[in-house]
Amino acid sequence: MLKIFYLVPLLPLLGFLINFLIGKKINNEKISGIISSVAVLIPFIIGVGVLFEILALPPEARTIPIHYFSWLFTGILNVNFAYVVDPLSLVMLLVVTGVGFLIHVYSLGYMHGDKEYHIFFSYMNLFIFAMLQLVLADNFLLIFLGWEGVGLCSYLLIGFWYEKKFTGDAAKKAFVVNRIGDFGFMTAMLLIFNNFGTLDITHFIGKISSGVPLNDGLLVAIALLLFLGATGKSAQIPLFVWLPDAMAGPTPVSALIHAATMVTAGVYLIARVSLLYSLVPLVNSIILILGIFTALLAATMALKQNDIKKILAYSTISQLGFMFIALGVSAYHIAVFHLMTHAFFKALMFLGSGSVIHSMHEEQDIRNMGGLKDKLKITYITFLIGALAISGIPPLSGFFSKDEILWNTFIGSNPVFYIIVLFTAMLTAFYMFRLVALTFFGKPRYNTDHVHPHESPASMTIPLIILAVLAAIGGFVGLPHYTGAVNYFEHFLEPVFRQASTVYSTIHPHGEHSITLELILVAVSVIAAGFAAFLSFRLFSKKDKFENEKGFGKILEDKYYIDEAYDYAVITPIQKTSENFLWKIFDVKIIDGFVNWLAGYFVKLSADWRKIQTGVIQDYTTITVAGIVVIILYLLFL
Amino acid sequence: MINSILSTLIFLPVILSLPVLFFRKENYKIIKFYSLTISLLVFAFAIFLFTKFQPESGEYQFVERVLWIKSTNTFFYLGVDGFSMLLVLLTALIIPVCILASWNSIKIKIKEYFFLMLLLEGALFGVFLSLDTILFYVFWEFILIPMYFMIGIWGSENRIYATLKFFLYTMFGSVLLLIGIIWVGFLASPIPGLFTSDLIEISRISSTLPLDKQVYLIIIFTLGFLIKVPLFPFHTWLPDAHVQAPTAGSVILAALLLKMGTYGLIRFSMGMFPIGFIELTPYIAVLAVIGIVYGALLSIVQTDMKKLVAYSSVSHMGFIVLGTFALTVEAMQGAIIQMINHGLSTGSLFLIVGMLYERRHTKEIVQYGGIKKVMPVFSAIFLIVSLSSIGLPGLNGFIGEFLILIGSFNSQNLGSHWYTIISTTAVILSAVYLLWLFQRVMLGPVEKEENKSLKDISKIELASILPLLLFIVWIGVQPNTFLKVSENSVKKVLTNFENAKKSYEQKQIERDQLKELEKNQQSTQPIQE
Repeated sequence: MLKIFYLVPLLPLLGFLINFLIGKKINNEKISGIISSVAVLIPFIIGVGVLFEILALPPEARTIPIHYFSWLFTGILNVNFAYVVDPLSLVMLLVVTGVGFLIHVYSLGYMHGDKEYHIFFSYMNLFIFAMLQLVLADNFLLIFLGWEGVGLCSYLLIGFWYEKKFTGDAAKKAFVVNRIGDFGFMTAMLLIFNNFGTLDITHFIGKISSGVPLNDGLLVAIALLLFLGATGKSAQIPLFVWLPDAMAGPTPVSALIHAATMVTAGVYLIARVSLLYSLVPLVNSIILILGIFTALLAATMALKQNDIKKILAYSTISQLGFMFIALGVSAYHIAVFHLMTHAFFKALMFLGSGSVIHSMHEEQDIRNMGGLKDKLKITYITFLIGALAISGIPPLSGFFSKDEILWNTFIGSNPVFYIIVLFTAMLTAFYMFRLVALTFFGKPRYNTDHVHPHESPASMTIPLIILAVLAAIGGFVGLPHYTGAVNYFEHFLEPVFRQASTVYSTIHPHGEHSITLELILVAVSVIAAGFAAFLSFRLFSKKDKFENEKGFGKILEDKYYIDEAYDYAVITPIQKTSENFLWKIFDVKIIDGFVNWLAGYFVKLSADWRKIQTGVIQDYTTITVAGIVVIILYLLFL
Repeated sequence: MINSILSTLIFLPVILSLPVLFFRKENYKIIKFYSLTISLLVFAFAIFLFTKFQPESGEYQFVERVLWIKSTNTFFYLGVDGFSMLLVLLTALIIPVCILASWNSIKIKIKEYFFLMLLLEGALFGVFLSLDTILFYVFWEFILIPMYFMIGIWGSENRIYATLKFFLYTMFGSVLLLIGIIWVGFLASPIPGLFTSDLIEISRISSTLPLDKQVYLIIIFTLGFLIKVPLFPFHTWLPDAHVQAPTAGSVILAALLLKMGTYGLIRFSMGMFPIGFIELTPYIAVLAVIGIVYGALLSIVQTDMKKLVAYSSVSHMGFIVLGTFALTVEAMQGAIIQMINHGLSTGSLFLIVGMLYERRHTKEIVQYGGIKKVMPVFSAIFLIVSLSSIGLPGLNGFIGEFLILIGSFNSQNLGSHWYTIISTTAVILSAVYLLWLFQRVMLGPVEKEENKSLKDISKIELASILPLLLFIVWIGVQPNTFLKVSENSVKKVLTNFENAKKSYEQKQIERDQLKELEKNQQSTQPIQE
């Protein structure tokens, strides 16, 4: 399978080109959709094949570099178009193509009838291509290519329904906010290359682990700048503001890009250079604290949203916060574990919400839903599995990954942080069951004369069912130690994170923790989540009157006015200064004013001097005589 | 022909442009097809030159040297290295593109227009190939004439003001350049008292001139180049010229004429006065960085599409200047590839704006909106071009920008990371102004009645922009094809620079010893008396 690995990136690229260039000529939804889906399915199959090939190798030999061609070569800079296949990139590859394929299939039905059907699928394939560059690249520059490529696809797909006014704004906002993060990524690359002479990740890691004394400030700077990049892509404080708006895109896009894959790129990036982060505890603390803040803040905002996709969007931000918490306490395999389970259950819920929206004729406000459980049976059951998984109810996948994060927060930081994270987990269960209750339970609050909800076609429900199965049992690959079972997932990733873990455990020696304590904490968190879910369900399943929010609720509904604050503090000043001062005064009046003044001055000077040329012969004679007199006097007296 | 391949390249378009004057002026079609054929022929010839060119050598190739003006010791002296090779190729590519872009948009004095276009092409080759300062100056000034008419005759309403400003402003710089050429021709002549204009001879001696002389000379030389670039704060002629120029005029201006400035900076300022160049670095680097950010900020708030692109040019050209002054292989390579990139991307942007203007006769952004619905193919091209200009990896703009940034970060000559770090903010700002432009013009609902029936891109328009798109993608994916061409020349330029610095130091020691000696003699004389 490694021999035909080039097909993995090539097929999505071809799928993109075919649909983009001749999709209109093909003019057939089925063919466009199938080409595009197969272009993701085959890479997934190859990925599975490679997985088995790799599992047959001893753990140390599971890193396989694949070199294609030299991309950028000048001076001492030499960047290759080269991949590295190792357990980490393979997990990502499988998640991206696996979940990606399911979402492609789902889109076959969801996008039916759209006049730019083929364009949609071409962008989706381009996204898969770019995401594969991101996760497979062996150097920072190629990661950056993928990083920007997925950003572009995100831009294109958010703005897919471009005739609506707000989609353009949302798309541009996503791109520009991400670019702020990219500034960090770029600057980090400048630092890395100029200090280590390479952009190769393996070389870079080799150099910082070689034991040569290193400039701590430098490593801190690189780690912080890469993290800035990660906060952009993975929607963390302070750059999370683009993600809720990104819901303007079609729902499969939200599932694929803004839940399962692209937004986890920041988590992946940090996991990829885990050794760097293990060397700078300061940055880890920052990641931890910002992760906790993001998780909490987003969860509180989710409490009061009424748009079904917005709730899921804030939930995604919050869950990404959980992943960063795991990174902050150097539990890298757990971050990746949660990344994977989250990809299952969140993609599931987004697709489920798409199924709901579809059947409700584009209604997204959960206040106008209710009682859908009987009408949309498959959507309801699968969504419920997703909601239980994210809430951390055993034995669903989210339980295992989230509980590991809680446990590692407890042993890796301090009890206060643990309590906040536990509280956030409770909030998660609460807002999620509010969503479930308001959407699927109670009486219908929509106009039953006009809207007749119906279950979606098979192309949409089958992916839901598969994802529901994954969300349910996906956690069993990473069973916690207290169960006494083998944690396959941790073992598989262990070689990638070994160095980082070694460094971390020498800095933070923590002794044995009793299994009893861990079990108690597990019980606490399960009870807490269950209680929150139950409470929420009780509160909302019968609710059919909604008052306007007041006080703190209003602040939550309006997302703490963070968008407005950014607007007021950053965007408006830049725009106003540029327009009213830099352009209209400084450029036009001062710089160009001087240029024009100078030209005018010479015109005026000439006009004055022209008067000497009177054209009257007597004047010229007078001046000539005067001149002669002056010369004679000069010669005589000087 | 191999012996005179470069002069053939220069005179081919010039001589073959003459028949245009004898065509009947009603025969538009023949004039257009003839000009296009000639420009394509020249392009083929440039490709032929490229196939003969040997990138392994950093030396000047196909050198021609014929005595031209005896009394000033001036030679018709041509040569091409990897650096000028790329600019020659760019020129040969852009001119047919411009002829296609003018196909339907030029409606008056068609004969004169295409004649001037071909004339301009020859002169541009001359600028990039001359190795004699006087010869260079002749071509350099000659460019102004066709350009002056292009803006002045085929421009928009306010064309006379714009073309006069363009002419006088750049002329001001050129006059200083001429003074510089004369001065250095005497100062740096191998035979004292005899004027010389041989660039290579001059460079060998001028680089060892005392510091103060080098500084005066480089200022005189460089000002003309900086105005042409244009570097902040000498940029105000550019938005005016662009707004008034016809589409092809804007394309030539942005893609080729601005490159004359950055070309001169590397070939002349840097090659002739290394010590002066180092002295000047902090000032110019600061201006370049200001220009990068300032141009981008002003771009954001423009309401006229052409002005927006013009200010973005100021920002992008700032990058090239910064890369030049970093004096590292990576940054210099980045600067050169960025010259090509800017030609492709900004040239394409002006084509795009021109296509919209053809349809709606306005460049005001507010007049548009929702155009994507009526012009889908055009929209895709517009987006690709914008992304190239934004610097999206995988397209050309990124390669140049990244090389400049990575090469200038640790540059000894710049001496500070901050130039690079501040410049990097342009990655954010460029996304703001271009995507916002794209959004306001292309996305949203079609609100204006006039916009509802616009026709999508025509075949001729497509033919004019596709070649540029090809290279936009090519450079992004496989930049080595082009980096390879200039790699050794850049290394050579930098080695020469280092050597020149050393010989300056050597000379300085000699000068000091001489002074010491004179002082000693003066102080010993009274004792003898």
